[in-house]
Amino acid sequence: MGSTNSTLLKIPNVEVLMQETGFSPAHIIRLHDRFKALDKEGRGHLCPQDFGAIKELAMNPIGDRIIGAFFSPGKEMVDFHTFVKILAHFRPVDKDRPKEPNSPELINSRSNKLKFAFQLYDQDKDGKISRDELLKVLRAMLGMQVTEEQLESIADRTIQEADLDRDDAISFEEFRKSLEKVNIDHKMSIRFLR
Amino acid sequence: MAFLQQFALLLALLIVFSTSCKAATLEVDSVEVGHNYSSKSSATEKTSTSTNDSTDGHAPSVISTLPIVTWKWHHVETPYLVALWILTCWLCKLVCELNHSVTSVFPESGLLIMLGFILGGIVWGADKAQTFKLIPTNFFYYLLPQIILDASYCMPNKLFFSNLGAILIHAIIGTCWNAGTVGIALWACYEGGAMGNLNIGPLQFLLFGALISAVDPVAVIAVFEEVHVNEVLYILVFGESLLNDGVTVVLYNVFDAFVSLGGPKINAAEIIKGIVSFFVVAFGGSFLGVVFAILISMLTRITKNVQVIEAGFIIVLGYLSYLTAEMLSLSAILSITFCGVCCQKYINANMDEKSVTTLRYTLKVMANGSETMIFVFLGVSAIDKNIWVWNTGFILLTIFFVVIFRFIGVFFLNWILNQSRLIPIDITDQFVMAYGGLRGAVAYGLAAILDEKKIPEKNLMLGTTLIVVYFTVILQGITMKPLVQWLKVKKATHSDLTLNGKMNNRAFEHILTAMEDICGRMGDNWWTRHWNYFEDKYVCWLLLKSDARKHKDPIFGAFHKLNLEDATKYVTEGERKGSLDFIRNYDSASVDFKKKLALEYGDITPYITADMSEYDFGIDNVPVTSVMKNPIPSVSLDIHEQDRKSMPDDLSAHHLLAQHLYKSRRDNRPTYSRSHYNTSENPDEMQEIFQRTMRSRLEPFKSAKMGVNPAKKLSKHPKKDSTHKPNGKPADPHRTHPYGDEDFEFSADSASSSEIAGNFHRRSTNTPGAGVDNPAFIPEMDTSPPMRNPPWQTETGNNTAVAPSQRAQGRLPWTPTNLRHLAPLRMSTRSTDSFVMADASLDEEAPEEKPGTHHTRL
Repeated sequence: MGSTNSTLLKIPNVEVLMQETGFSPAHIIRLHDRFKALDKEGRGHLCPQDFGAIKELAMNPIGDRIIGAFFSPGKEMVDFHTFVKILAHFRPVDKDRPKEPNSPELINSRSNKLKFAFQLYDQDKDGKISRDELLKVLRAMLGMQVTEEQLESIADRTIQEADLDRDDAISFEEFRKSLEKVNIDHKMSIRFLR
Repeated sequence: MAFLQQFALLLALLIVFSTSCKAATLEVDSVEVGHNYSSKSSATEKTSTSTNDSTDGHAPSVISTLPIVTWKWHHVETPYLVALWILTCWLCKLVCELNHSVTSVFPESGLLIMLGFILGGIVWGADKAQTFKLIPTNFFYYLLPQIILDASYCMPNKLFFSNLGAILIHAIIGTCWNAGTVGIALWACYEGGAMGNLNIGPLQFLLFGALISAVDPVAVIAVFEEVHVNEVLYILVFGESLLNDGVTVVLYNVFDAFVSLGGPKINAAEIIKGIVSFFVVAFGGSFLGVVFAILISMLTRITKNVQVIEAGFIIVLGYLSYLTAEMLSLSAILSITFCGVCCQKYINANMDEKSVTTLRYTLKVMANGSETMIFVFLGVSAIDKNIWVWNTGFILLTIFFVVIFRFIGVFFLNWILNQSRLIPIDITDQFVMAYGGLRGAVAYGLAAILDEKKIPEKNLMLGTTLIVVYFTVILQGITMKPLVQWLKVKKATHSDLTLNGKMNNRAFEHILTAMEDICGRMGDNWWTRHWNYFEDKYVCWLLLKSDARKHKDPIFGAFHKLNLEDATKYVTEGERKGSLDFIRNYDSASVDFKKKLALEYGDITPYITADMSEYDFGIDNVPVTSVMKNPIPSVSLDIHEQDRKSMPDDLSAHHLLAQHLYKSRRDNRPTYSRSHYNTSENPDEMQEIFQRTMRSRLEPFKSAKMGVNPAKKLSKHPKKDSTHKPNGKPADPHRTHPYGDEDFEFSADSASSSEIAGNFHRRSTNTPGAGVDNPAFIPEMDTSPPMRNPPWQTETGNNTAVAPSQRAQGRLPWTPTNLRHLAPLRMSTRSTDSFVMADASLDEEAPEEKPGTHHTRL
């Protein structure tokens, strides 16, 4: 226990972080270890290059977008707090946790999970997934299996499905509606973060 | 009241049936007393037929005159009885389903058992003995396999494998737990004197525990299908019941061997052997199933030429996997289960869609049929006073222990599982899971094959098993639905197939794997991803046809399905409106179209307006709406072009006739062929008219196009070809086969128009509902065998053809995406948008292509 406490003490504001993310000390420590392992030069923050060094991530078709999600626009580094907060999106929702009426929305709530996914599509941050943005994601995910024309038609079709106000783009509201029946808690949660 | 009348009528019918059989049966009985008629056996009862033939008094060996007709009951007796019983059982099902207010309360399985009581009573009344009952051989070899194969083939694959851990734990540990505890508890009670004096040892009790612990998939499916619980619960109960049958049989065999060995001979070595044999049998059976699944998948790669019996291969090979496992004394049930589960994905991709449907329906018919028979015969078998040895203590304690230990086992295992599950199993779900432990025909079958020499109290066990079966199937079955409602168990949510859902699922998977990578830990997604990688790289290469491989992407599959749906909707919509006006009022539509284009895109890019002016020449008499809305007109254009270039002028006259005369269906080909499906065997009149109208609408368009700049197109063609060669691929030889490639061919990179024509011809065979391309109206050459090898398909690679532009080819399948919006004359702005954008990109590289492409597409 001693080592646990000492590691925790090294992290500034660890109490606030645990409060915000709902992670247990064990999780925080594990993530901190991982953070230090990724931060090869020991600068205390991570750069996109650090993420790029993860081999499997490089194979991920939308890996660069996911890396991008860690960095707020204009910034080139992410500190431990932000790192944990991003990962907290994927903590499974615990049902038995008492819900305080006026507590702020948890990071791992359904809409926050959705927002995270949404911003992966919405690269220009205008609150809408345009046809081009969708097309880029689709191209990355479908790869070589389909031709450009097919991609376009799939993108058109996808937009048509979700597009309620007919502005040829998917807003977050429309995005949420289109995924209403999907069990997001299930699909956007990682078991070992519980 | 109507129901009652029908019921009475049916009963009368049944009585007539059974008495007629009875008469014959009694006759035979007089010859061969005590001969037992199997319910359904055909193979095993051969002896009876042959012996009967010899002893037959009806067919005299010397005849004095030529008999015109003779009564040959004994020739057909066995198959006749089998068929008659099948009919009777199915009629019972019919009776059950007549009244929905009854089936909404009673589960069908329970009703069937009760009807079985009645039938059994009739037989008993006529024969004074039970001549028909469920014989284990028939059950295990002729009734059970198809049920298991159907269940496993239709199993939601992904769900099954993602919950495989929980299912296995419940199936293996849960079953062992049930078998062991029920057996031991019963033995303890027996020792305590709760059931009087019985000749049963502890091993026999364990054997009984093993056979009674089988949760029966047949009963479970029958009940749970009516309840619609949420999918995780369903897969847990269903998967468990399916797998634990196999486990039970294995366990049963092990204990049976112990019983034969006898108590004193059992030492530690034998017990260890028993455990080893348990695992070898269970996993060996599963492995054999996987091997057969691979065989089936590989076989379906090459069965496209015998499409008619394609579906049969799966059934036969599945059955063989069952028999082979039985032969090797491995678990047959596990074998056929894994065979079905593993091969479904690949055979569905490999086989033609029609074969998949055929297979599905055939399996459903067989499975439902035998399920019905099993339940009826579970009822019939009960009416037999020989098997009833009453022992209140034994029977009541068995029911008690079966239920209690099931609950304890399920709750305990779920508690362990919940420690590590992402989504824990609810307490209500657990309760339903435990309550859904219905016993069924497998337990009965196992009890019936008990050896009376080894187990003196066989009849007591058989009777008790039957009572447990009735208790669980009827009582628990009836209470299941109210219980599910009362506990507010999460029901299955039906979600529509959407591209958004599919796409986002994919995105979520990628996000999760990325996050796991960032966290640096191996999670569930790590396994999924690596399996996918392995599958893509090796498994698909081995098991999938090349073109099936291309299209197996789920997003793409969803897209394809939605398109088909839309096409169907489109036609239905048109038919609903009756007059097909929606195709005709193109005047306003074309104006509308032009206006819209001009309004929305006129200011964006100059070259679009240039495009506009370029195609303006023909627009007035072109039914833009119809072309815009439906891809097929452009296809038929291609066909016409091909035809025109390939044939002399006099043939175009023939064309004209062929198109404008209403073709009788009878005139050109036989409607029945033994070895081929006719691609449009049910030419819907509406569709024909629809087709004809479309084509005649297109006629002016085509001529306008041909008339205006044929030279230009011809001259540019070589260039276009060279431009597109790099990414185009030569027409595969096999593509010219009409059945060669039945997948919805989206290939936009095909270089020759003949190929695209071929594609569309084939596509039409896939989408009869789309009403798009009735072969009866594709103008065809007189010489060629109709529809088998149309001329535009055979002449591949003729480059003088006025081929539609490559983009047009690529775009063709695209158009149905608009159909969703077509209901009241709505031109999709989105569609024009994509046209324009695509044009914009391509125009830069091949500007001279413009007019042609626009014509082909618009």
